[in-house]
Amino acid sequence: MGMNDKLTVLNPIGFAPTVTRKELAPRLDTLDGKTVYLVDCRFDDSDVFLKQMQAWFAEHMPGVRTVFKPISSVYLKDDPTTWEEIRARGHAAVVGVGH
Amino acid sequence: MTIEAQYGVPTVAVHTDKFDRVVRSVASVNGMPGLQQVFVPQPVMGKSARELRAYVDGNDPLTGRLVMQEVIEGLTRPFDDEDLKPVEFDRSTPRLCAPDTEENLHRLFLENNWTDTLPIVLPTEERVAAMLAHTHRKADEVVGHMRPTYFREYWEYTVEKVAVNAVMAGARPEYLPVILALAATGASARGSTTSSMAAMAVVNGPIRHEIQMNSGTGAMAPYNHANATIGRAYGLLSQNLQGGSVPGLTYMGSQGNNYAYNSVTFAENEERSPWEAFHVQQGFKPTDSTVSVFTGCRSTAFTLGLREKHWREHVRNMLRGMDPHIPPTLLLDPITARQFIDRGGFRTKATLIDWLYDNARMPASEYWDYQLVQNYLYPRATFGEEPWASKLKAAPDELIRMFRREDIHVVVVGGETNGYWRIMGCTYQKTVSVDEWR
Repeated sequence: MGMNDKLTVLNPIGFAPTVTRKELAPRLDTLDGKTVYLVDCRFDDSDVFLKQMQAWFAEHMPGVRTVFKPISSVYLKDDPTTWEEIRARGHAAVVGVGH
Repeated sequence: MTIEAQYGVPTVAVHTDKFDRVVRSVASVNGMPGLQQVFVPQPVMGKSARELRAYVDGNDPLTGRLVMQEVIEGLTRPFDDEDLKPVEFDRSTPRLCAPDTEENLHRLFLENNWTDTLPIVLPTEERVAAMLAHTHRKADEVVGHMRPTYFREYWEYTVEKVAVNAVMAGARPEYLPVILALAATGASARGSTTSSMAAMAVVNGPIRHEIQMNSGTGAMAPYNHANATIGRAYGLLSQNLQGGSVPGLTYMGSQGNNYAYNSVTFAENEERSPWEAFHVQQGFKPTDSTVSVFTGCRSTAFTLGLREKHWREHVRNMLRGMDPHIPPTLLLDPITARQFIDRGGFRTKATLIDWLYDNARMPASEYWDYQLVQNYLYPRATFGEEPWASKLKAAPDELIRMFRREDIHVVVVGGETNGYWRIMGCTYQKTVSVDEWR
């Protein structure tokens, strides 16, 4: 075979699943008077970070109620109990910190 | 993503800036490219409250805008057309690459991150057909699903796709059943974790001799074609069939891991082992051929033999040197396996594992302060999951067990040139029949 002869080879890549769009939740008009859950994914020192964010809200936006909420177990496990609580008692969530 | 999409709660996710590409990619492939994400500097781990307050007060290092401004806007700013545009991108996989010269195809494979950067064998139709002749399975049969990390989507692959990667690794066609069995585990040898893990593959049963694998001198070194290329194929098929392994995108191992070049692939030395083979421990017959996969390989401890006076202390020291999040698998030269019988009376692997389980201990306060224990085990303890919930009740100075018994394993490998042995920190995943893939 010459150096300029063309070869046909197989593609080594697997088959990706189809991506389907997921709807994003409607945004709030304002955070004033609302409850924002600060969700600690319990990874490294994310709890320390979110408590500082909680302090920021208290200082700069006292009309916002914040709830510091660690997930029930590790981030590798779904946590429907916590998600239900946030939906029932909260208006918005900040999740962190993904490293 | 779950809170936003399934529970309808407006959400902002905060990440460190090193994860920019990976988290945007994960959001996109989960159908949420408009997910609101804000970034702070890396690392968060180990920083004081004051330092982290500075992160909160400071700017997003990627946009230069105030972190809290972005958080508030992420929860209140109405979505525009860009956020709501349909998710459409081509994810089909053609069976063939466009015909090209050998040189150009090698460049294509390298530039597409389809290799481990070492030269590969180009998977021509003839070579792949020769490979496929060594399994009774159909080329289009689905072998399994794999992903590089928990948050990514599973990709699917067929027998032919596995054979393509086996050709690329330089494997001989008669190795294909072992490589298919590895693919069927669904356990990736290219995990994306920042901890830089590698996999380990242990082959048992008659197939070891049929394809001339090495379980003796140099079994874990680059001196046997089957060991070398089966392990390499496991790595290549993992990265290509799970949707990639690209640093910063689908691979985040901070330091990387040389074990990943061939995934520590070897055969157990059943003939010289004084104990039952590993696959027999897992419920297979001695005449079955299997491959067993371990993941999380990062750390090794080693020593020479077992001294008469202080062997117990020496083994305990090795165990204490491990991160308690990752359990030990002992890789014993047959000389040392017999020494464990002579010194400790361990006539079965099970009795040795009992001893290891009971002797791997550390003070509770030290155990709970390990970062990985904090990240992965402490939350499970507080959730009431055993055995960690009970460990949480221990006094700070109480010596508690480092590992669960079922996570400790023993494999015999080596050529008896001496009694060196080591402990591999790794997690056993599963054992799969090779015979079913012949």
